[in-house]
Amino acid sequence: MLRLEKRPSPSRFWQAATPILAVILTMIAGGIMFALLGKNPVEAIRTIFWDPLFDPQYAAYSRPQLLVKAGPLILIATGLSLGFRAGIWNIGAEGQYIMGAVFGAGVGLALYPVETRWIFPLMILAGIFGGWLWAMIPAILKTRFRTNEILVSLLLVYVAQYILAAMALGPMRNPEGGGFPGSRNLSQIPSMANPELIAGTGLHWGVVAAIGVVIAAYVLLQRHILGFQIKLAGQAPRAARFAGVSPERLVILCMGISGGLAGAAGLFEVTGPAGQISIDFNTGYGFTAIIVAFLGRLNPLGILLAGLLMALTYIGGELASFILGLPSAAIQAFQGMLLFFLLAVDLLTNFRIRFGSKKEAI
Amino acid sequence: MLGDINPAVLIASLMVASVPIILAAIGELVVEKAGVLNLGVEGMMIMGAICGFVTAVATGNPYLGFLGGAVGAAALSLVFGFLTQFMLSNQVATGLALTLFGQGLSSLIGQGYNGVKPPLTGTVPLGPLADIPVLGRILFDHDWVVYFSVASIAAVWAVLKYTRVGLILRAVGESHDAAHALGYKVIRIRILAIMFGGAMAGIGGAYVSLIRVPQWTDGITAGAGWIALAIVVFASWKPWRVLLGAYLFGGITVLQLNLQAAGAAIPAHYLSMAPYLITILVLVVMSSGKGRASLNAPAALGQNFHASR
Amino acid sequence: MQRRSILKGGAALGFATMMGGKLAFAQGLEKVKAGFVYVGPIGDGGWTFQHDQGRLAMMEALGDKVETVFQENVPEGADAERVLTQMALSGCNIIFTTSFGYMDATNAVAAKFPDIKFEHATGYKRDTPNVSTYNARFYEGRAVMGTIAGLMTKSNKIGYIGSFPIPEVIQGINSSYIHAKKVNPDVTISVVWAYTWFDPAKEADAAKALIEQDVDVILQHTDSTAPLAEAAKTPGVIGFGQASDMAEYKPSPRVSAIIDNWAPYYTERVQALLDGTYAQKDTWAGIGGGEVKIGDITDAVPADVKAKAEAVRDSIASGAYHPFTGPLNKQDGSAWLKEGEVADDGTLAGMMFYVEGVTGDIPS
Repeated sequence: MLRLEKRPSPSRFWQAATPILAVILTMIAGGIMFALLGKNPVEAIRTIFWDPLFDPQYAAYSRPQLLVKAGPLILIATGLSLGFRAGIWNIGAEGQYIMGAVFGAGVGLALYPVETRWIFPLMILAGIFGGWLWAMIPAILKTRFRTNEILVSLLLVYVAQYILAAMALGPMRNPEGGGFPGSRNLSQIPSMANPELIAGTGLHWGVVAAIGVVIAAYVLLQRHILGFQIKLAGQAPRAARFAGVSPERLVILCMGISGGLAGAAGLFEVTGPAGQISIDFNTGYGFTAIIVAFLGRLNPLGILLAGLLMALTYIGGELASFILGLPSAAIQAFQGMLLFFLLAVDLLTNFRIRFGSKKEAI
Repeated sequence: MLGDINPAVLIASLMVASVPIILAAIGELVVEKAGVLNLGVEGMMIMGAICGFVTAVATGNPYLGFLGGAVGAAALSLVFGFLTQFMLSNQVATGLALTLFGQGLSSLIGQGYNGVKPPLTGTVPLGPLADIPVLGRILFDHDWVVYFSVASIAAVWAVLKYTRVGLILRAVGESHDAAHALGYKVIRIRILAIMFGGAMAGIGGAYVSLIRVPQWTDGITAGAGWIALAIVVFASWKPWRVLLGAYLFGGITVLQLNLQAAGAAIPAHYLSMAPYLITILVLVVMSSGKGRASLNAPAALGQNFHASR
Repeated sequence: MQRRSILKGGAALGFATMMGGKLAFAQGLEKVKAGFVYVGPIGDGGWTFQHDQGRLAMMEALGDKVETVFQENVPEGADAERVLTQMALSGCNIIFTTSFGYMDATNAVAAKFPDIKFEHATGYKRDTPNVSTYNARFYEGRAVMGTIAGLMTKSNKIGYIGSFPIPEVIQGINSSYIHAKKVNPDVTISVVWAYTWFDPAKEADAAKALIEQDVDVILQHTDSTAPLAEAAKTPGVIGFGQASDMAEYKPSPRVSAIIDNWAPYYTERVQALLDGTYAQKDTWAGIGGGEVKIGDITDAVPADVKAKAEAVRDSIASGAYHPFTGPLNKQDGSAWLKEGEVADDGTLAGMMFYVEGVTGDIPS
């Protein structure tokens, strides 16, 4: 009989090997699906995983695009992972991302057409503030009234979406846009734009911020007392309390950091790649980031890789979609499979699989 | 303006509008009562919508269609069950991945079903009852799923409250370790609960594609699964409050459209936010009471179980 | 919010036509690779589905001289620009971007690939010579539907399910009302805003709410069949197909339909590229150009009503009649068009006012 036995500490070998195993399993299962759809599975898998990186026709453009797509995912996921480690579940990053964009764009648009250098930094601050504010609602309700933060943060996503729609149709509507919903294109206004910093690299301020945040989070978790408290609170809440960790303070801090970073991601998107406030501005980065955080095993460097892998499946999926005529739904299902496998094989990191009877264990 | 709206009809419409979210929410309530948080309701609903549609078209029988929807969505929920219960994956992440996968798969299955009209489901013939003024329109002029949705709430309520099955389910959701120590098969019970949740979400989805619209188009459930999740919370895990919550959420939409049709100018977006804000308010009021007990949330919600001994 | 609509400034139209000949390619192409970017899934049964039908019809017409690639479900904004660039890199000669929200992305990518032609549906920006825009005069179809609605209603109440308060939809509401009123002076119109292009459940509720207010003819500017399914439940209520034919609800409640037909335009543009006669332009065609098709008027409509509707259709198609012809006043009673005066395209493209007789305010 198969049996699971908890490892005393997570296996280093499997921590590195499981993602590779998951990708291989996904290639097999996905290949079967593509074959069923009448496509050449090898070609499809190659187009998704290889072409964006190495194909001579596309790679020069697609490779930097990985950063553009992964940037917001990494920025949000890194923030979320701190809370997740401490057992604080902010799943409303999508809402905080929206509010960051709304606040940031609001400040910028209010100042239009002033052209000075300090507008963009001001917008970043406003974006961080918007995301932080939206995360503070569940945080304060949690600390004051013990209200479940999973649910409140999720509910606030819907509210944020309605606010976004109201803004795009109302106060932020471009007066020169012929009555169509949507704001001015911020990426075309020099003082508000978040452009590509070095041509051909995909680097914009959001990507720079994401890389900075990954490093900061790594240092925080390894060296700083707060990182220690976060890890302790997640693993042994009672011990944390005895060690003088204030759970309330931790909730406020973790929610605040994750909200602020999600807000920043929203601001960098709305001023850069997305360009404007519109009803469909949010495309699910906040939710995808939750998955990225778990794929990265809540570890900053892992998240960096997971974000890039996720971006690769998006971009490779796009290529496969139009080169091979794969339905976009097949790509969606393929991504779902990849996530399933990645989540499933994580078991091997924390558990040993044993054959035999029940008694011999620990 | 308000005088132009016939309340009987308004109530009848909101009863119909709420059916998919009631079904999905009551299923999710059972899942959460067992201590499992499955955020993949939207994915399961849309699988139910397409599987139900395909079955109904293939067999020509709408009742079999609902069965097909339930089976299809339950099968999808089994993926979630396997991953979270056996592979101990994180429930939040797995649920989100389930929605992604369900949306993709449903669209693949649905290719070739655009523009097909499914067999019709009629209203339940209640004869003269339907002709009673006011009450007849509200209560006796619906298809069978409307009655089924209310009955399912009554059934879940009764089972949770009065039966041994309900007791075990709640025990598992409160403390899996204690339940395990008492000899209950925690994993098996949770898997069954997850499948029940899947089947109910599937019937809810099939209601959209077979009765509400009735047609198959990609993305047909349009976010109903997410609302169902909110309603479980609003209901504070109490079955009858699911009905109340669903009528509140469904009712606001129906009401604002009716107000517009009657010529009233209303701020639609701000009105649409209201149910979510009310839900948060309800949560706060409940949780600020006498600690966890009054919140009524299953204590082990979202935690995975592994029997170490 | 996705896609669509509006065309700004009729002046640009004249400019493009004037410059047309000079910007033409001297030389044709042996074979054309055409790319299509879609905002929804092909299976949406509405907007994207119709664009894809246009693509297929174009392939049918041009045979092995054309090869196409397409991509579904491309979100507007950041992802659009990448998808467009990748398509350009793949060697497309011409790329059609089929949603309003692709406007800025289309122009940005077009600037980087001057040798590739870009065609943007429903937009108004043509920043570089290789960007053309195209749109359809859906309000012409609404005039025909409005005529049927005015003649068919028994309660003298017609309803309109609006998606978003944007000029294209306002044009549709005004055109429907003007032509219903023309044949039935007692008619009134109720407008319900659904704030979505596609949400079957909400559309069904909107239809139900209208029927409850005694409305017996429903015009929809949203893409699902749900309003028709709802209308089917109440005897005597009729509606119209939107975007696609929605023939499965024939003969009633669907008594006719307003169909987006992009096939002639796609065929014409790719053919021009093959012939070497391609030139930048701004197209806003309607029934006459074949972009707006009136779906078969069923027998649920009496013969004389059908004849009147067809007469309106034919006079618009021939150019003899413009749906916005004076005398017309704005909602507040101020004069808009004098007797015999015809609305100019610039005003129509930015239309954010109701005509006299429509009740309620446009939400802002």
